[in-house]
Amino acid sequence: MIFSERAKEREAMDNFQQSMDEANFRCDVDYKYDAGVGLSHQTIDYISDAKNDADWIRKFRHAALEKFYETQLPKWVTNADVHSLDFSRIRYYLANDRAPKTSWENVSPDIKETFERLGIPEKERKFLAGVEAQFDSEFAYSRMREELGKQGVIFVDSAEGLNKFPEIFRRFFGTVVPVSDNKFSALNGAVFSGGSFVYIPRGVRVKQPLQAYFRINAENFGQFERTLIVVDEEAEVTYMEGCTAPKFETSTLHSAVVEVVALKNSKVQYVTVQNWSSNVFNLVTKRAVAHECAEIKWIDCNIGSRVTVKYPAIYLKGKGAKGEILSIAVASDGQIQDTGAKAIHLADGTTSNIVSKSVSFQTGMASYRGIVSIPNHLKGCKNNTRCDALLVNPTSRTATFPKISVAGNENIVQHEASVSRVSEEQIFYMQQRGIPEAQAMSLSVNGFINDLVREFPMEYSVEMKRLIEMQTEKAVA
Amino acid sequence: MKALEIKHLKVSICGKVVLEDFSLRIAPGEMHAFLGKNGVGKTSLAKVIAGDPNYEILDGDILMDGESIIGKRPDEIARLGFFLAFQNPVEIPGVSVANFIRAAMRAKLPKEAPFSAVDFYKELYAKMEILHMDRAFSSRSLNDGFSGGEKKRCEILQMMMLEPRYAIFDETDSGLDVDAIKIVASAVNNMRSENFSALIITHHSKLLEQLRPDFVHILSAGKIAASGSMELVENLEKFGYDFFREGEGA
Repeated sequence: MIFSERAKEREAMDNFQQSMDEANFRCDVDYKYDAGVGLSHQTIDYISDAKNDADWIRKFRHAALEKFYETQLPKWVTNADVHSLDFSRIRYYLANDRAPKTSWENVSPDIKETFERLGIPEKERKFLAGVEAQFDSEFAYSRMREELGKQGVIFVDSAEGLNKFPEIFRRFFGTVVPVSDNKFSALNGAVFSGGSFVYIPRGVRVKQPLQAYFRINAENFGQFERTLIVVDEEAEVTYMEGCTAPKFETSTLHSAVVEVVALKNSKVQYVTVQNWSSNVFNLVTKRAVAHECAEIKWIDCNIGSRVTVKYPAIYLKGKGAKGEILSIAVASDGQIQDTGAKAIHLADGTTSNIVSKSVSFQTGMASYRGIVSIPNHLKGCKNNTRCDALLVNPTSRTATFPKISVAGNENIVQHEASVSRVSEEQIFYMQQRGIPEAQAMSLSVNGFINDLVREFPMEYSVEMKRLIEMQTEKAVA
Repeated sequence: MKALEIKHLKVSICGKVVLEDFSLRIAPGEMHAFLGKNGVGKTSLAKVIAGDPNYEILDGDILMDGESIIGKRPDEIARLGFFLAFQNPVEIPGVSVANFIRAAMRAKLPKEAPFSAVDFYKELYAKMEILHMDRAFSSRSLNDGFSGGEKKRCEILQMMMLEPRYAIFDETDSGLDVDAIKIVASAVNNMRSENFSALIITHHSKLLEQLRPDFVHILSAGKIAASGSMELVENLEKFGYDFFREGEGA
């Protein structure tokens, strides 16, 4: 048993290494739809026209743009890089076909090749219940296994969701992350395109994961997908997303909004492996609402990007709801990973668990920013938070900003944090066994995050190990 | 010239000389033992041979099969066939014993070389059995939360898997109870062959009684104060280290 599993892991690792070496490429595309450079009410109208938006969505977009103009950048974003972001130099909508294809054969050859090089169709065949692949502003491909469709599962892009399933879509859209939440949620509200709409009907348990893949191909461009996941009572689903982009000279923006609604007794797992190239500003708002006895798990891994600002949040709204936020951040040279978690307890007997691990290489900076809130009137709530940081080089940095607000005397909160370094003794010990320094370093780093990596589905944990090995080897070389 | 040769070695750490004009030759198949008080340079010698960058080599040379290993990285020296069983094995949280040994074995092979996971586990479990180790042990984090005895046994397991040509055991017996010493000694004795040489560093005679080394050396202040056979151990038991201070030895 164990033998074949190890062999399988090895094989997956080798395959993945090939695919990763090939992530930094792009293809030339003549876009049929191009909203041009810069952002104005005309840009919004262009996007609404191109997408055939319903009137309420067009209005929603214009209102969101006004909100974007009014709102300042969050005060705690002290990083100069984010303040240097010039919104007037970005292209906000680039697309060819607006309707995704349901067969890879019909996807245009360049784009199909892109996703093939990233290994998406192969994964789909092997272990996924459904796949959506976004290329710049729109999905190029969207398909789900037939039997799930028969059970009433919906897995489409956001435009199709709002056009074909307006009752469910409108009921939940914008309820978890309001446009006014922050500057980037307002921006997303104005120009959103792509992203998934998922609905799992009552009692349906989707065994295999649904996968979305986000690819940025164009330069000085912004990708603004908007994902809404509604899981009905007693239902279960795992949604996974991966993201990559080629390296450009200019800045690229990725600013998504993800809303998850977990109704009574449902279970939702949302897995992210973010590996944007080092010029991407990744400013994302992710939030979930857990109703009575629902369980939500964010598993968030940030390896790429120039700056990531992202704090997956769970609002524990129903009695006995459970939330878990597990995150891994890897800050390589010049990168800023400003990540964390929010657990907002709103009902009795709710529990949350936050585990955050970060690794900083060279001049990389990894911060944990978190909010845990349990108000006075609640009983029987529990939170456990653990943040561990590993510093690899003397120039590596880390910071922890936990905000814990707990009242009442029938609630339990626990917070632990640690900062450690890869020690010379560890490296020497491993080298003495014949393992070269870079590999010793990556073993040590992988060991540090190992317990969290195990939480990822196997295919992903193999990817992550490999990605981290690559970062480590770069840092040591 | 198959041998591990140390020639007129002078070594310092943090400006303090710890070995001076130190020479020793260990030929293939030989087992040597080092006895000496704390702080006489036993561990320093082991670490210098292993290539610990904290030591500065001021004079002399170390040759492995005729080739100088001075200036080589620790992993290069290890891959030439040298193994050091550490006195204080380092904890590597999150890296399992099996994965670590596998990484070390793979490091010796060319990148594209095939490596059978099935054969690896067969071999690993067989060797663990010799050392009376439970299989579950292989999935624990390396040295993390191990007892002193478990750490030492795990060092021997690694050595058995990596099959070095030259090995140094730095106080492997400390932390082992009488039964464990027997198990470890019989495992090491099983490895003895023309292709395996060892240097045993110890304070006690227990392990040596079972290993019966070919040569016994007594170290004092960075130099060999006396060399001989197992009889030397018996004299040591009788007279103590002071009897063998430099220049006064047998």
